[in-house]
Amino acid sequence: MTAEKIFKNPKNLKRRKFINSLMIFLCFVAAVLTILPLLYIFIYTTQSGISALNIDFFTQLPKPVGEEGGGMANAIVGSGILIGLGGLIGIPIGIMSGIYIAEYSKSFLAGAIKFTTDVLSGVPSIVVGIFAYGVVVLAMQSFSAIAGGFALGILMIPTVTKITEEMLRLVPHSLREASLALGVSRWKTTVKVVLKTASSGIITGVLLAIARAAGETAPLLFTAFGNSFWQTSIDQPIAALPLQIFVYAISPYEDWHRQAWAGAFVLIFMVFIVNFLVRYVTRNKFG
Amino acid sequence: MTIEKLNVNDDINSAESDALVESEDNSDDQVKQKNSVVTNNLFVYFNKRPAIIDISVKIKKNSVTAVIGPSGCGKSTFLRSLNMMHEMTPSAKVFGEIYINGESIMNFNMVDLRKKVGMVFQKPNPFPTMSIFDNVAAGFKLDGSGNKNELNEIVEKNLINAGLWDEVKDRLKTPALSLSGGQQQRLCIARTIAVNPEIVLMDEPTSALDPVSSSKIEELIYRLKSEFTIIIVTHNMQQAARVSDQTAFFYLGKLIEISRTRKMFTNPKEKLTEEYITGKFG
Repeated sequence: MTAEKIFKNPKNLKRRKFINSLMIFLCFVAAVLTILPLLYIFIYTTQSGISALNIDFFTQLPKPVGEEGGGMANAIVGSGILIGLGGLIGIPIGIMSGIYIAEYSKSFLAGAIKFTTDVLSGVPSIVVGIFAYGVVVLAMQSFSAIAGGFALGILMIPTVTKITEEMLRLVPHSLREASLALGVSRWKTTVKVVLKTASSGIITGVLLAIARAAGETAPLLFTAFGNSFWQTSIDQPIAALPLQIFVYAISPYEDWHRQAWAGAFVLIFMVFIVNFLVRYVTRNKFG
Repeated sequence: MTIEKLNVNDDINSAESDALVESEDNSDDQVKQKNSVVTNNLFVYFNKRPAIIDISVKIKKNSVTAVIGPSGCGKSTFLRSLNMMHEMTPSAKVFGEIYINGESIMNFNMVDLRKKVGMVFQKPNPFPTMSIFDNVAAGFKLDGSGNKNELNEIVEKNLINAGLWDEVKDRLKTPALSLSGGQQQRLCIARTIAVNPEIVLMDEPTSALDPVSSSKIEELIYRLKSEFTIIIVTHNMQQAARVSDQTAFFYLGKLIEISRTRKMFTNPKEKLTEEYITGKFG
């Protein structure tokens, strides 16, 4: 049958149009289904969490059971410190190894690194926590923010490496040549042309890695450990939002449950802010 | 209009044409000194497969040399060996001698060589993250040299030189990608000549452009000849005839013939050259 015949046959055409709209509809349903859980989580957490949310929540330490009020100020600050330490370890290593794989290594080493990175991104986060326990906590003889940051950093590395590599590969070869042909050295070309051209994509990846690490609980259980008091020195056990939520949520006290919801709300809100930051940074780019 | 002007030039050239042909009794050193680019027995291999074979040419200062030949004959490979672009390709091996203004390129480091030997590519490739101004100043800005006043001057001078100033002077801070393809290519030429090279290599600079933009670039090449030595790879034989003083014909990695453009297109020495330029193959 020629194309013309197919086109002129009204029955066939009707069927094809029907299948077409059906498929588009199914795609639409799938799209809605991906949004629904997110909306549900967001609405439910807001409803349950917002009632316990007040200024105290952001400024006060947790109160002992039975006392009214109290907050999670230490956990919010602790999470900030942990993510900061994690980023300090994970982002430079991730970006640099991404640069190495994409720009400098044509050997089997690049393949090995890529494979290892893929495996690392599939390692359960609690295993990474155990690793950090073995390497940092045992060596320091104490739970600490450093150990927690170390674990979060290791979790960030594969994401950042992969995104950096992919974004650098998207930079056209002609730009590297343009820069080199101007008599610009290789490393300046890499940093000022290649990395800069890929920067919005890499920033997206970095922020997503941060958002991911912000919600991690398992790797902090036996590294940062948690703390009910103010603690900002990084060689001491430190509080973190996900840990605090975990402890409060499994407690039998109604009061703590509400605080856990509020904590969850704050955590989601922080991740949301990071995501909006992503959109802002990527949209506000040149060209 | 362009063609007329260029024809006039051709006539002038034919008057002094003998000067372009090297007299054979020059000593080796003198040959190297006198010419902008000299290659002796140049071979380039990719994965042990030869891409260009035994190329020996002499290219005079302030002349335009066109390199023609069918696809895959090694024109670009030849061009890219002159500014050591093959260093980026691990599988490429270059043998033979190349002299730039009498000095072997083995004595240069790559960065210095490429400042002397600039390159314009087939597809316009302005830096997408930079403005028009920054693109022209890129050779300095990426290198971290040049102060603000100097750069203002350099950018204006080279945009004028590339014939782009009037079109972009009101929007120097806008992204380079907002320009049309032909403008982008002239921007790339401005960027290349801004670092003040002695030799400008052009790898099919007009093949991605429309005829009007192409003729602008050809005029530009003609004008730039007074300041730079230009080597241009082209698939367009009319273009080679219009812009160049001498033409080299490559076939299957070998240099078949190099002679004055007028002679090449009217009375070529080799049969193969004649067949190629009359369109019998290729």
